[in-house]
Amino acid sequence: MKVNLIYFAWVRERIGKTEEEMELPKSVVTVGDLLSHLKGLGEEYETALQFPDVIRVAINQEHVEHDEAIAGAREIGIFPPMTGG
Amino acid sequence: MSVPSPTIRVQAHDFDLQAEVDALSGGRMDIGAIVSFVGLCRSEQGGLSALELEHYPGMAETEMKRIADLAIERFSLMGATAIHRYGRIEPGQNIVLVIAAAPHRQAAFDGANFIMDYLKTSAPFWKKEHAADGTAGEWIEAKGIDDKAKDKWG
Repeated sequence: MKVNLIYFAWVRERIGKTEEEMELPKSVVTVGDLLSHLKGLGEEYETALQFPDVIRVAINQEHVEHDEAIAGAREIGIFPPMTGG
Repeated sequence: MSVPSPTIRVQAHDFDLQAEVDALSGGRMDIGAIVSFVGLCRSEQGGLSALELEHYPGMAETEMKRIADLAIERFSLMGATAIHRYGRIEPGQNIVLVIAAAPHRQAAFDGANFIMDYLKTSAPFWKKEHAADGTAGEWIEAKGIDDKAKDKWG
């Protein structure tokens, strides 16, 4: 499946991209699978996602846990814990 | 009575506290309490020249509305406003405004408090510090104390 990945804050800076479209292999089923897959794409992804536990993910602009399936996702946001307010 | 719809805005420019309070309460005779909270940028003892606020456009508004709707339902608020700024914000300038209106003070205090606690941990905003010496500093780290503040609401 093809998804649009959007990165924010230090995840964006470390990966060096604001967003990208990506074709995902069938083996990527959950959010956790996606983060593992991205980590293997190069040093910048490895640096950005080296501590996946702290990474927050939103599918179609709604927060999801790492065990959530990504089926049906058009847009997946990947970012650090939020620090607004 | 229908459930009120909150006023939600994400904007680069400043907000006017009194104008927003007036917009919420104007012409109404049934509101007995309004609590407003304004979050400002601190100078951190002169070490900070500005904060850079990044947000997830679309999701930020959606998440703020979801949080305000929860507060309206939970505390039977008569109205709520949440405005969050983005971009470069200097010490002394406003970052965020939350207003809660209710018949009595406790619901208004609780409603504003609830919205802020959830907004800090769930609304997609990130702060980066710019140091007074001109260097781009670090992204601010999320604080465990903010998660605890949210968790108290169950």
